[in-house]
Amino acid sequence: MTDRKDFLTREKFMEELYRYKKGSVTRRHFLGVTGLGLATSVLGSAVPGLRGAAFAQGSIGDRVVLATWPNYHDPANFEAFTAATGAAVDMNVFGSNEEMLAKLQAGGSGWDIVVATNYAIPTYVETGLIEPLDLSRIPNFDPSAYDPRFASPGVIEGKTYGIPRNLGTTGYCINTADLEGGATPTTWKEYWDLTRGALSGRVIVHDYQLTAIGNALKYFGYSFNSVDPAELAEAEKLLIEAKPHLFAITSDYQPSMRSGDAAMSMCWTGDAVQLQRDIPEIAYVLGKEGGELWSDFFTVPASAPHKDAAYALINFLLDPQIGAKEQAFHGYPTGDSRVDALMPEEVLKDPVLYPAAELLSALEFGAAVTLTDPTRAEIMARFKAA
Amino acid sequence: MQRQGLRTWLFLAPAGAWFLCMLVLPLIVVFVFAFGERGAAGGYVPAFTFENFANLGARWTAFQNTMILAPVGTLACLLIAYPLAYFLALRASVRWRTLLLILVIVPFWTSILIRSYAWIYLLGGQGIPSLVKAMGLGSIRLINTPFSVLVGIVYGYLPLMVFPIYVALERLDKRLLEASSDLGSPPWRSFLQVTLPLSMPGVATGCMLVFILLMGEFLIPALLGGGKVFFIGNALVDLFLQSRNWPFGAAVAVALVLVMLVTVAAYLRFTRRWAGGRDDVSLM
Repeated sequence: MTDRKDFLTREKFMEELYRYKKGSVTRRHFLGVTGLGLATSVLGSAVPGLRGAAFAQGSIGDRVVLATWPNYHDPANFEAFTAATGAAVDMNVFGSNEEMLAKLQAGGSGWDIVVATNYAIPTYVETGLIEPLDLSRIPNFDPSAYDPRFASPGVIEGKTYGIPRNLGTTGYCINTADLEGGATPTTWKEYWDLTRGALSGRVIVHDYQLTAIGNALKYFGYSFNSVDPAELAEAEKLLIEAKPHLFAITSDYQPSMRSGDAAMSMCWTGDAVQLQRDIPEIAYVLGKEGGELWSDFFTVPASAPHKDAAYALINFLLDPQIGAKEQAFHGYPTGDSRVDALMPEEVLKDPVLYPAAELLSALEFGAAVTLTDPTRAEIMARFKAA
Repeated sequence: MQRQGLRTWLFLAPAGAWFLCMLVLPLIVVFVFAFGERGAAGGYVPAFTFENFANLGARWTAFQNTMILAPVGTLACLLIAYPLAYFLALRASVRWRTLLLILVIVPFWTSILIRSYAWIYLLGGQGIPSLVKAMGLGSIRLINTPFSVLVGIVYGYLPLMVFPIYVALERLDKRLLEASSDLGSPPWRSFLQVTLPLSMPGVATGCMLVFILLMGEFLIPALLGGGKVFFIGNALVDLFLQSRNWPFGAAVAVALVLVMLVTVAAYLRFTRRWAGGRDDVSLM
C-alpha cells in the first residue's frame, strides 16, 4: 500500500496528535507524519460508489470517458466492458459536432474517445485535437471489412485517425396519412414545396446548419456542401420564405412527429427506423437530388487522460458480436461486413438502413469547410431570427 | 481595532473570492475576447479589432425580440403575481397561508426542462387546442408561437415575482389602512394611496429579478418557441457552441451587459421617482 518504511509508534502518534491539537503543527503535517492522510485517500477511493470498481486491477485505469450521441450505445455492452476490464464508462452526450468541437477547443474536456462525424475529422486533425491511432492496439479492426467510401474519411494523409462506427443518411420523414391520398414525395423540391403549400405549419427543419442549409441548396440542385455566396443566398431566401410555414426549427423532432403536430421533418436514419416501428404510416424519403450521407468515427483526443482504456473500449466495441448487439439497440448500420453477416435478413433488406444504390450514389458526405464557414453560420442565425 | 478589521475581511473573503473568480475574471476574459478574431477552425485568436462590435447589427433582430418579450413577460408576471401575493399576504387565513406559499414553490422541485416539456404537450395539438376544438370554438395554434413562449416565461418566473411582493405586503402596517379608512378613503383609494406605494419595493425587486433573468433566457424560447423565437440568449448559445465565433459572441455578451446596465439604471431612476423619491425602492 505504501513504501513508507518508518513505523510510527503509539507514543509518537499521540505526541503528534497533541501537537496538532495545540495548533503547533499544521493539519497537513499531522496527516502526513501519521499516514492518516494516505490511509483516508486510499480508503476513500476503494469505496465502490466513489470510484470505478476497477481500482484494484489498475491495468487500464478505472474509467474511460466518451463523448458521443444520444441513443447511440447499448448500456449492457458498457457494463460487460466494465466487468471484463474494470474500467467504468462515463458518457457525455451531445447534439452536434460543433458543440463537441467547441468543448474540446475550450480544453480540459477529459474525454478519452470522441465519436466524430466524417466532416469534423479534418478540422480535428488540423487543430491537433486528435491523434493518429495505433492500429496494433485495435486488433478487432479490419479495414477490409468496410466499404472504402464509408471508411476513408477516417484516414488523412495515410494515417488513420478514425475507426468507423455507424453510418447513415439524412432524408426526411413524412406522415403519409397527412397527404390525403397524394403520392409520397421523392425529392427535396417537393419537401420545400409541401412546406409552403399543403403541409404549411406542420413541417420541421433541423436546428443544424449543415442539413438545414444543405437541403435548401438541394432544392436548386446545388451541392449539399456549397459555400458559394450566390448559391447560399438563394438557399437563404428559400429558408426565410419557408420560415412562417414551419412548425419548428429543432433537431428533436420525434415528439412532434409522434403527437401528429408535425407531418414532415428532416430526419436521420435511426430516428426514421424508430418512428416507423410505432407509426407505420411514416415514410422515410431520400431526396432524388441527393443530400447527406454520413459516417461516424471513434477518435482519440490528444489530450485523452486514459488512452489505454480508450483503445480497449474501441477494440471491445469492434468485436462483431458486440457490434451486432449495438446495432440491435440503436438501429444504425455499422458498415462492418462482419456485423452485417450476423444481422437478420429483414434488417439487411430495410430500405431505410440500406438504401438502393442509385439513391445512395447521389448523396454527399458533409465537407469540412461547412463546419467552419462563417457565412453558413450567419445564414442560420438570420433564418432563426427572421 | 485591527483585529476587527481582519475579522471583517475574513468574513468577506469567501464572497469576495467567489465574485473575483466567478464574475470579475470571466467578465475580463469576455471583454478581452470581444476584441479578438475568430480562428480558422473557430475559437479565439488574439487581436485588437472593433469588427465584432461593428457587426452587432447582425444580431439586431435577436436583441429586438428580447427587448420586447422581456418587458412584456415581466409585466405579465407582475399583473398575475400582484393579486396572488395580495391574497396570500392580506386575505388568506394564517392556516392556509403556509400551504399556499409552499404550493407556489413546489414547481421548483422539478427541473424547468422537464416542466417545459410538459408545456410542449399541454400547448401542442393534442392538448389545449384539441379541447378548444372539441368545444366547437375552431382550431387554434398555440405551441411554437411567441404566445407560448410568453406562457412559459410567466409560468417559470412567477414565483420570483410573487415572493418579493408577498414579503412587502406582509410587512405592511395594517393600522395605516385603518387610518386611511377612518379618514374617509374608500377601499380602492386606500389601496392606491397606501398599499400600492408601500409594496413598491417588493414590486421593484420582483420586476428586476424577472427582467434580468429574462434578458438571458434561452431555454424557454428554444423549447416552447420551437426554435422559431430567437432571443439574444439563443444567439449567444449558437455563437459559442455552434459557429464557435467566440469573439463575436463575446462582443454580443458585452453589448447585452451594457444594454442591461442602461435599462436597469433607467428603471431604478423611474421607480424611485414614481415612489416619491424613497431610497428603499432599490436593489442596491
